[in-house]
Amino acid sequence: MKYIDEFRQQSLAKKLSASIHKEASADRNYNLMEFCGGHTHAIFRYGVQDLMPDNVNFVHGPGCPVCVLPIGRIDNAIQLAEDHDVILCTYGDMLRVPASGRKSLLKIKAEGADVRMVYSTQDALKIAQDNPHRQVVFFAIGFETTTPPTAVSIKQAQALGLKNFKVFCNHVLTPAAIQNILESPEVRDIGSVSIDGFFGPSHVSSIIGSRPYEFFAEEFQRPVVIAGFEPLDVMQSTLMLIRQLNEGRHDVENEYTRVVSRDGNLKAQQLVSEIFELRRSFEWRGLGLVPYSALQIKQPYADFDAEKYFNITTIQASDVKGCECPSILRGAKTPIDCKLFGTVCTPENPMGSCMVSSEGACAAYWSYGRFRQDSKITEHQRDNMESVA
Amino acid sequence: MTHTGKRFPVRLNTRTDKVDMTHGSGGRAMAQLVDEMFVKHFDNELLRQANDQASFDMTAGRMVMSVDGHVISPIFFPGGDIGSLSVHGTVNDVAMSGAKPLYLSAGFILEEGYPLADLEQIVISMAKAASDANVPVITGDTKVVEKGKGDGVFITTTGIGLVPEGINISGDLAQPGDVILINGSIGDHGIAIMSSRENLQFETTIESDSAALHTLIADMVKAVPGIHCLRDPTRGGLATTLNELTQQSSVGMTIREDDIPVKPAVSAACELLGLDPLYVANEGKLVCICKKQDAEKLLHTMRAHPLGKQSAIIGEVIEDTHGFVQMQTGFGGSRIVDWLAGEQLPRIC
Repeated sequence: MKYIDEFRQQSLAKKLSASIHKEASADRNYNLMEFCGGHTHAIFRYGVQDLMPDNVNFVHGPGCPVCVLPIGRIDNAIQLAEDHDVILCTYGDMLRVPASGRKSLLKIKAEGADVRMVYSTQDALKIAQDNPHRQVVFFAIGFETTTPPTAVSIKQAQALGLKNFKVFCNHVLTPAAIQNILESPEVRDIGSVSIDGFFGPSHVSSIIGSRPYEFFAEEFQRPVVIAGFEPLDVMQSTLMLIRQLNEGRHDVENEYTRVVSRDGNLKAQQLVSEIFELRRSFEWRGLGLVPYSALQIKQPYADFDAEKYFNITTIQASDVKGCECPSILRGAKTPIDCKLFGTVCTPENPMGSCMVSSEGACAAYWSYGRFRQDSKITEHQRDNMESVA
Repeated sequence: MTHTGKRFPVRLNTRTDKVDMTHGSGGRAMAQLVDEMFVKHFDNELLRQANDQASFDMTAGRMVMSVDGHVISPIFFPGGDIGSLSVHGTVNDVAMSGAKPLYLSAGFILEEGYPLADLEQIVISMAKAASDANVPVITGDTKVVEKGKGDGVFITTTGIGLVPEGINISGDLAQPGDVILINGSIGDHGIAIMSSRENLQFETTIESDSAALHTLIADMVKAVPGIHCLRDPTRGGLATTLNELTQQSSVGMTIREDDIPVKPAVSAACELLGLDPLYVANEGKLVCICKKQDAEKLLHTMRAHPLGKQSAIIGEVIEDTHGFVQMQTGFGGSRIVDWLAGEQLPRIC
């Protein structure tokens, strides 16, 4: 595959690995948080950790859109499909996420609710056109990357005069979340979580550019390297972060120059700001209420806002007891610190969102990496089996 | 029930007519469908006995039997259709024991309103696949369900076969030190199907690898009678099959990503859809596990067969109480290749 295989070459990986081993100073640790689930996935899928020295640690962040959506919002979506008889269109990853009362979109679909998996907002628009007598709701989730397509669909629906197309907007913003992590007591005061630097999001940054990270690199004195999602991108960015840390710098650097610029995609930004505005605050799983961290549909486009049309009020729902997704999403715990991990919570029977999406830290640990911690996990499972039962 | 074409005053109109409830009622309409559709195309001596069962003599030996239901959507796809698939699927399941497949049965569940023209196209394709494989359909059944209670056509086939003397192939016989082979590129079938799904049309030249593998297996068994395991990596793909075998045999495996054949177009489609080719379905592939000293000979034999030209050694069986399948990635690291959880769903960003 041209333009892909180049970024997965073993020979280059070996060279980078050698440089990292050489330059990483033996008398310190490098705790590097990858914000995005895409990076987590790449690290595990390609075995990037194997090519790193022991003192370079990847801390998995909250950048998995499925993982950070609070259960209450999924309960809202379920209500839409069950009580309002809408056609609920969703990206595939959302289907299996556990909601309250042991429900999920997949389960209510089996019970007769009209839930349809779509690959793009265009599919949802087409469903609305094909079913003029039904209300069609697109369950919009994701970071800045998936926001422009949602904006486009609203513009198109308006142009087509589609009265039955609605968007249940759950779009969230990356910089606000990173800032929230850095301000959390665990990082700032207690120091129980050590984060020395960040891999900045790749796809998100193609839209928003690298500029938005400049504030907190400066404010919190942590280096940021915008990193692509291919394994060589992750390795190159690791080397760049190590160099910054060795030199005592905390700049925003861009490894992903083939896609990301400082200003980002201005056309997309303009479109997004035409349709959406900031929410005062929004709940993130793991982070709680984060001010100005999400988007809502602006008043002139209220006809397409499912929240207004169906008068949706956010449901307060709690995570499954014992589920450590919230702490794992903050980087405060790892999956094997969770009592449910590998005992009652597995990809076949996920209890928490981090086990559902392939970008979730728990799913990545379990599916790709558990042989590394195997003795630890076996011990942990034995210890926890009884307490869970 | 000889197919004479004279028994019914007006011939079945396979151009414009559709399946209706009378075609499954047991009456004259059903008899005509059986005669002018199924017996006509599947035609063979045993089917023409026209009893409720097919009757045949057997030589002594060990028999195997396998059943497979086919509910594929879309019914027609690049490289095949539900008819040819229903023959290949069951022939392969029988042959994975090392057996020579002998006979097939076919059960059709038809949905009211399904065009007879499409049904005939399926039956012709099925008859051709059976004839090419030299494994006749010798008994069958037809049921019709109301519109909305089925999805066009479902076909269940059962096959029986005879295992040559001295052959013992089973999923629990893999031993540490054994070698793992595959007969060609993975993921072709699944990607061909996905490319023709209604909500996911994308242009690709990939065709399903759907094929009957029993002649390849006959060559392999002849060359190396001591093959330990054979299995076709269908649903759940290569990853799932390897995990099944490690569990059955209480062993572990290591495979090398670089040695597993994947067509560039399949890689590209997987990349686009967020899929992993290791989990994508195949319908003309087999995984073979044999002793290390037999591997080269087997590889040579497989590559000499038209369905094994791209055969490759992809890994080894190891001792591992956890039953992990580990993979050396093309990138130079390692990871687990786990069971498929749920459906393989595309990632969203």
